[in-house]
Amino acid sequence: MRNQLNQNSHKLQATSHKQSRFFGFKSKSVLFTFAFILFTFAFNLLSLNLSAQKQRFPKPEFETGYEQPSPVTPEPRALAMEYFDVLILILVLAAATYFALKSRSRQGILWLSIFTLVYFGFYRNGCICSIGAIQNVTLTFFDPAYAISLTALLFFIIPLVVTLFFGRTFCAGACPLGAIQDLVVVKPISLPKWLNKTLGLIPYLYLSLAVLFAATGTDFIICRYDPFVGIFRMDAKFLMIVLGIAFLLMGMFVARPYCRFLCPYGVLLSWMSRFSSRHLTITPSKCIQCKLCTHSCPFDAIDFPTNEKEVVKSGLGPKRFITYALVIPLWIALGVFVGAKSHTFLSKANQDVYLAELLIAHPELRNDPDNIDVQTFLASGKPMEQLVSEATAIREKFYIGSMIAGGFMGLVIGMTLLNTVVFRKRQDYEPHKGNCFSCARCVDYCPVEK
Amino acid sequence: MENNSKSQSRRKFIHNGVRASLLLSLGAVSVSALRKVSGDDYVWQIDPFKCTQCGRCATECVLNPSAVKCIHAFDLCGYCDLCGGYLKPDANAQSTAAENQLCPTAAIERRFIEEPYFEYHINEDLCIGCAKCVAGCTSFGNGSMHLQIMHHICVNCNECSIARVCPSDAISRVKASEAYNVKGDFTNNPEA
Repeated sequence: MRNQLNQNSHKLQATSHKQSRFFGFKSKSVLFTFAFILFTFAFNLLSLNLSAQKQRFPKPEFETGYEQPSPVTPEPRALAMEYFDVLILILVLAAATYFALKSRSRQGILWLSIFTLVYFGFYRNGCICSIGAIQNVTLTFFDPAYAISLTALLFFIIPLVVTLFFGRTFCAGACPLGAIQDLVVVKPISLPKWLNKTLGLIPYLYLSLAVLFAATGTDFIICRYDPFVGIFRMDAKFLMIVLGIAFLLMGMFVARPYCRFLCPYGVLLSWMSRFSSRHLTITPSKCIQCKLCTHSCPFDAIDFPTNEKEVVKSGLGPKRFITYALVIPLWIALGVFVGAKSHTFLSKANQDVYLAELLIAHPELRNDPDNIDVQTFLASGKPMEQLVSEATAIREKFYIGSMIAGGFMGLVIGMTLLNTVVFRKRQDYEPHKGNCFSCARCVDYCPVEK
Repeated sequence: MENNSKSQSRRKFIHNGVRASLLLSLGAVSVSALRKVSGDDYVWQIDPFKCTQCGRCATECVLNPSAVKCIHAFDLCGYCDLCGGYLKPDANAQSTAAENQLCPTAAIERRFIEEPYFEYHINEDLCIGCAKCVAGCTSFGNGSMHLQIMHHICVNCNECSIARVCPSDAISRVKASEAYNVKGDFTNNPEA
């Protein structure tokens, strides 16, 4: 057996030497060559039977009855626990829906969001979350090698389905990011409508970029720039902690800044909620127009009754509507143009593209021993042409993707403008179904008894 | 009044239609994802044969210290006195003195077994996953020391922040049921 092993190892060494010559590897330090040979060596071993592994220094046969320990490999969190999380999510969603629509209890929602903050936030460290699951779902459709786990898919789908029937009760009580922001609302200020609308476009941009980066296998930006995950983990890079605290401080006055002006999942929830079959109502029976609720909503999500006189007076409704509708294709074209122009810039976020560009622009970096990426690439023996062709393929994906994302943004801007000239008749104070988080604060303020 | 109720019912019709189509599209997304769905969960793990010991595991993990630790495959170890993973290449003496140790946190414990063999044990609480010992062991020894992501520490980020910057693409998603890539597992091999 030993002999056989040795023979094998000689052969292996010969091939690895041959390979090192083949790759044209010229090393200056002995150590590096050594590491490299071993690397190719290890590679050869992988394809061979593992039992033929070569040991430079064979394991001794001990005489003192030494008992060899085995490496400790603690198991990851049990799969059953992941399904337990899904169960908790369903229960919390059910409770939030019950509190918002049926028992109309702000108190209930408040305690529920504290539970969510503790469980999904501090205990589960903000991971797994429905917002990040967008990227997993995207990657499933674009990466043939990736298969989404059932828990991630359920975390993505369940809140959307619930929202389609009952409004955004997920935001009210089941989202740890929403919960932490909701609990720090101290003195919310009302933002002007134009600012609300303009900042409200950011989530669409964030969503399209997140999908673009996930689809190209570049990055999961939603998770990477999640401002609160560092607080949940009590450990993160300094800048991320600063960002999280800044969001919370801002959230004391501009309520739920992340939910309103960043959350990409909120975009999907808002689409669902607009067409939900039921939704939280401010009054249990008939609105008496007391306006008390308008001061209660920290999110500017309550629509006032339409002042018909004003609408008639302006008289520009139909004309503007047609103009804005006709301008939409122009917005889309502009978006596609901007997308096409920015694809080179965006694609630099991809490591392969970045490395290829770096090596082409600065060939002298090949001699920089401190550049880990370049040195690892050179040592891997991967030909430059392959890297460039891979990078080109990724850039091509970015080209198409950013045009689609740009077109989508153009459509969103066009539709937002169009919405500003659509007047819907409202007799009462009503929650804006798309923007309302179903937090039930207004319910508390409403003096109308059932 | 009649006009009003007509427009009400029209709006209701449109709402119902949109809701049905949204539900359908959600269904379509979930069905097409379900065709690829995996009942098993995913965790991140390092392929020790791809790892080039660049040291980023120590600095890029969202946790501090990193969830990446050195693991010692004792089956591969030569139990040498002169250990490339334990001692600095220019060590003054083959002793446990701190200045001779390669490990910046003294996480490798050296235990005498019998002449001339020593066991090298990694203290996980001290290890920061810098891969200095891995580089030493791989260059001068058997390569029995290698990095692995320890799953009782790892928070299993949706995308591993080390994997993003790993220069050799050594970190990838693996099935949670096979969560480790421990090098050279001879004990399970009856031929050995």
